[in-house]
Amino acid sequence: MATKREANTRFEYELRLYIAGQTPKSLQAFANLTKICEEFLMGRYRIEIIDLVEKPQLARGHQILAVPTLVRTLPEPIRKIIGDLSNKERVLVGLDIRSAG
Amino acid sequence: MKVKLSSPTQQERSLPKCRTGITGFDEITLGGLPRGRPSLICGGAGCGKTLFGVEFLARGAREFGEPGVCISFEETSDDLAQNAISLGFDLKALQRSKKLVIDYIHIDKSEIAETGEYDLEGLFIRIGSAIDAIGAKRVLLDTPETLFSGLNDEGVLRSELRRLFRWLKEKGVTAVITGEQGEGRLTRYGIEEYISDCVVLLDHRLQNGIVTRRLRVLKYRGSMHGTNEYPFLIEHRGISVLPVTSLGLAHKISDERISTGVAGLDEMLEGQGFYRGSSILATGTAGTGKTSLAAHLVDAACARGESCLFFSFEESPDQILRNMRSIGIDLARWIKKGLLHIHARRPTAHGLELHLVEMHNLLEERKPRVVVVDPISSLMSGGSQNVNDVTNMILRIIDRLKQLGTTGFFTALTPGGGALEATELKVSSLVDTWLLLRDVESDGERNRVLYVLKSRGMAHSNQVREFLMTGNGVELREAYLGPAGVLTGSARLAQEAREREEEVKVKQEGEDRQLALTRKLRAAEARMAALEAQKVSAARELEALALEGKNRSNSILEQRAEMARSRKVRSPKATGTGA
Repeated sequence: MATKREANTRFEYELRLYIAGQTPKSLQAFANLTKICEEFLMGRYRIEIIDLVEKPQLARGHQILAVPTLVRTLPEPIRKIIGDLSNKERVLVGLDIRSAG
Repeated sequence: MKVKLSSPTQQERSLPKCRTGITGFDEITLGGLPRGRPSLICGGAGCGKTLFGVEFLARGAREFGEPGVCISFEETSDDLAQNAISLGFDLKALQRSKKLVIDYIHIDKSEIAETGEYDLEGLFIRIGSAIDAIGAKRVLLDTPETLFSGLNDEGVLRSELRRLFRWLKEKGVTAVITGEQGEGRLTRYGIEEYISDCVVLLDHRLQNGIVTRRLRVLKYRGSMHGTNEYPFLIEHRGISVLPVTSLGLAHKISDERISTGVAGLDEMLEGQGFYRGSSILATGTAGTGKTSLAAHLVDAACARGESCLFFSFEESPDQILRNMRSIGIDLARWIKKGLLHIHARRPTAHGLELHLVEMHNLLEERKPRVVVVDPISSLMSGGSQNVNDVTNMILRIIDRLKQLGTTGFFTALTPGGGALEATELKVSSLVDTWLLLRDVESDGERNRVLYVLKSRGMAHSNQVREFLMTGNGVELREAYLGPAGVLTGSARLAQEAREREEEVKVKQEGEDRQLALTRKLRAAEARMAALEAQKVSAARELEALALEGKNRSNSILEQRAEMARSRKVRSPKATGTGA
């Protein structure tokens, strides 16, 4: 929430990636996500990384259980994708990017 | 298991336990759940498993100073709090005082897409941070299996749950994990495989329209535990598992005797009455005076200033008071004094276990010295047709009473026609004293007789006595044994009359004989007097005769001398010559 207020501009796509420490899975997820966003949402997105090991209390807000979890807070409605985002097609469907884009 | 059972004390010492505070449960498990390990509480929908967990946390926080974390996968924090408040647990207050953290975990499958590998580290972190926030010692995971419906990858879930339970163990928290019963399995997804320390099965069954809840400890690694199914109840104080005891037979006994309240009955029991703390069963057909005997016992106890509890399953308190008043027992005054409490309930009002719980609670509350259950046989109609259930329940009551040293008086109706020496409920072997009341039908009337069928630890009378209900209560009379059996009622009265007659007759006869003998004696005396008189007269006659003879010979001599003189012959010296 704090990050929203700090940000001057709002992006069309507000994404949060919840991870638990720098595990291979979370690094993989971040890499996959960045690649997809660069390809389809260039300049229209922002990724915020939340490490639950550092901020465990934030896990409650978005009902995070699994890591890594990607949460699309904007555009509404909220969508969640769990896993290392290795399947590009499914990520695109999950983020509803095809139809929006 | 066998080896462990053989040396329980050693085992109990080596296995630390965590008291749940749930009434009765800690007794069954000899101390509670295994400390620092996860336990599985499973059962069907609505069996009370969530409540079990919530009570475990709430009591831990409130009574044992162990804060708790509730991870709820099904109900929101507000719902949980609301449900718990009706059972006397204020979860919100506990949360405010930092003794409880509730985290509601919700997964909506429609919101979530899965792609690639993941784990549940987020869940671990959430639980971990909640535990650390308040220094929790207890954790409740309320149906983590819900995750299976929210996430697709069953393999990941399984391994993660397994890891979670291991992790909780490492954390040293005592965890309760609930699971919904699946078909042919304890839980829907078989997570009981991962929780091997303690498994408790809750169950609720509908029998004849009445719900009976039961609890069973399926498994308790490294500890002895009660293996039976125990009825339990969810009521305003939370869960009550019953019995509180019944694992042992080690109650202290008393040599003190208490009056039965009926002088004649005391007489039959060595003149002293029942043993305190013993259990007494009075059986008989309808209207043989079972309740009246109970009332006497209660009356006598109250008169000694002892508190009494009367469980009535057939009559209302007012009815009992009126009926007992009619035989001169005033129980109302004891109620006024607060010594007597009559608890009247229809046997069908609720399931057996609720009756049992109510009894337990009342015992706890009032701490009576004498308890009457009138009649136990009507519990049979209370939904459960299973004789064993009722027998079990009564055994539990008896056990509890014995443990408390409370005298228990149970009445049971024996159906007409059946063998009188057998109770339907097979409890006769459990009781110490058994009074048998029965009707004797003869000469167009029904009368009551009583005898002591058994009374452990005393030389009781073997007499059959007639049992009379008078305006002054119950009286026991000597019964007459006639050629046709025991004489009672008017037959007894007739016998008494006959005996009185007999007595008079014997007396009369005696007098008669006395008279006759006297007469005989008098007659003999009279005869003797007559004979005496005869004797006297005979003697006189004899005397007279002798005198006459002498006179006659004298005169002959004189005549001879005269003649000699006249004839001038020799002097009459030769007297005998003339003859």
